[in-house]
Amino acid sequence: MPGLDDLYREIILDHYRSPRHRGELESPPARMAEGHNPLCGDEITIYIDVDDAVSPAVVRDIKVSGQGCSISQSSASMMSQAVIGKTLPEVTALVRRFKSMLSLDTDIEPTPEEEAALVADANNPHPLGDLEALQGVVKFPVRIKCATLAWNTLIQALDN
Amino acid sequence: MSVSNSVSHSCPDWAAIRADFPVLRREIDGARIVYLDSANTSQKPRQVIDAMSEFMAHSYAPINRSAYRLAGEATDAFEGARAKVARFINAPRPEEIVFTRNATESMNLIAHSWGRTHLRTGDVVVLTHMEHHANIVPWHQLVAERGITLRWVPLTDDGQLDLSDLDNLLDGAKAISFTSMSNVLGSFTPVTEIVARAHAAGAIAIVDACQSVPHAPTDVQAWNADLVAFSSHKMCGPSGLGVLWGRSEILEAMAPFNGGGNMIADVRLDGFTTAPIPAKFEAGTPPITEVIGLGAAVDYLSAIGMDHIRAHEHDLTEYALRTLNDRYGDKITIHGPTDLTVRGAVLSFAFGEIHPHDISQVLDERNVCVRAGHHCAKPLMRILGANATARASFYLYNDTSDIDALADALDGASDIFAF
Repeated sequence: MPGLDDLYREIILDHYRSPRHRGELESPPARMAEGHNPLCGDEITIYIDVDDAVSPAVVRDIKVSGQGCSISQSSASMMSQAVIGKTLPEVTALVRRFKSMLSLDTDIEPTPEEEAALVADANNPHPLGDLEALQGVVKFPVRIKCATLAWNTLIQALDN
Repeated sequence: MSVSNSVSHSCPDWAAIRADFPVLRREIDGARIVYLDSANTSQKPRQVIDAMSEFMAHSYAPINRSAYRLAGEATDAFEGARAKVARFINAPRPEEIVFTRNATESMNLIAHSWGRTHLRTGDVVVLTHMEHHANIVPWHQLVAERGITLRWVPLTDDGQLDLSDLDNLLDGAKAISFTSMSNVLGSFTPVTEIVARAHAAGAIAIVDACQSVPHAPTDVQAWNADLVAFSSHKMCGPSGLGVLWGRSEILEAMAPFNGGGNMIADVRLDGFTTAPIPAKFEAGTPPITEVIGLGAAVDYLSAIGMDHIRAHEHDLTEYALRTLNDRYGDKITIHGPTDLTVRGAVLSFAFGEIHPHDISQVLDERNVCVRAGHHCAKPLMRILGANATARASFYLYNDTSDIDALADALDGASDIFAF
């Protein structure tokens, strides 16, 4: 059996103890979406402020509110840190990378911009940064939904 | 039917009873399983497993529709199991027992068939704040479809129903539908009193008895209830099978639920007439082997004695409350009544600031199986101010060593999440 050390890495516990970018943004103008994990009742709200005046658009700010377990909360915190300042194609490329790390297929073909973002990052040995700490979740399939809650909610917010 | 040889009705041998459950002898990573999730679903004794295997190996055939002897034998076994279930809850007539897919379907059947026969716009149904979603959502559907109104019985501070305003809530109501025992708080509700007050107000009384039927003696005639739902899988029987008991006159006045084979007396090009109860509510081939299994489960529980099971769980709950409170003090918050005469063997708890999912994960490393989540009772969770709790629940096969294992395993959670 995989050990709990694989799951509860120090960096995960650090983000759980001190979540980054907690709070709310006025919406509108910020885009907002609520995510629920119907199995456990975890709830998360993502607020994302996108600067559309530049091309490609850039994530100016992001805030996370709600409650959940160490995995869902740390995933949201690390996600907020990772997407701030990124262009939208870079964000969707990141979502793709993250889901692929968790062995989840994304059935949508990458857009050319997203492809370019993936290529531009090809030489980065740690494109996911801190998020790589969540790799251990793969060994605990029940918890994958916890790790992806914030990400699915982010996609929903961007679509809104 | 025999339970373990060493068991007599006067003094159950709990160790021998535990040995009847094969899965509890299994080891995962070299350690035994500590199963504390029986409020969710119960484990199965060898006697139930064998009865189902033997039935499938020797007697399996369609029921109620073929003339050959094998089919007759299967039909007798099936209807015999129905009679056993009726006796188990002291129902006056076996035909008042309707087999469904699960207790959720029983509740939906009630809302659909009784509701559509009797409820019109503006009619009132009373529910309580401690209901499972299965006793909320079907009524919400009738709010949307029929414009009925729901009223809610609130809770006291210690997690019991607050009945102080019940007569006002029942005033003009057509029905009250309530749990006999909360799956989150463990609270038993005063069923007989609530039924009497409902009847005095001219309302029928519907009881979601899923949590109490497996754990305490049940007498639907003493309750004087009108409709009662419970499930097989929580009482040592197989999954895929629920039960609805109803007074004959109420069942007979209800519209049918699913349409199809077995539920009809006649079908013509211009319509149909329904079969008498219970067939009227049992369209299609039922879960035949599962009903045989439930019959065996009822025999098993009856041989031990439901009063003994209730007493055993009372003692376990007392031990668990004392052990966890002594060891963890203010760090642990156990929801529900402190008065053990009104609570069953369900302990929902908060532990420090640790999220229930994380508690469950850490406990799983020691093979301690508990539920983490909202327990299909989100309105109640909102009232408790939690979006989830961890829940340990006990049954006849648990003993104090299981509770010690839970208490020890919680230390592991403290270590990882010490902040």
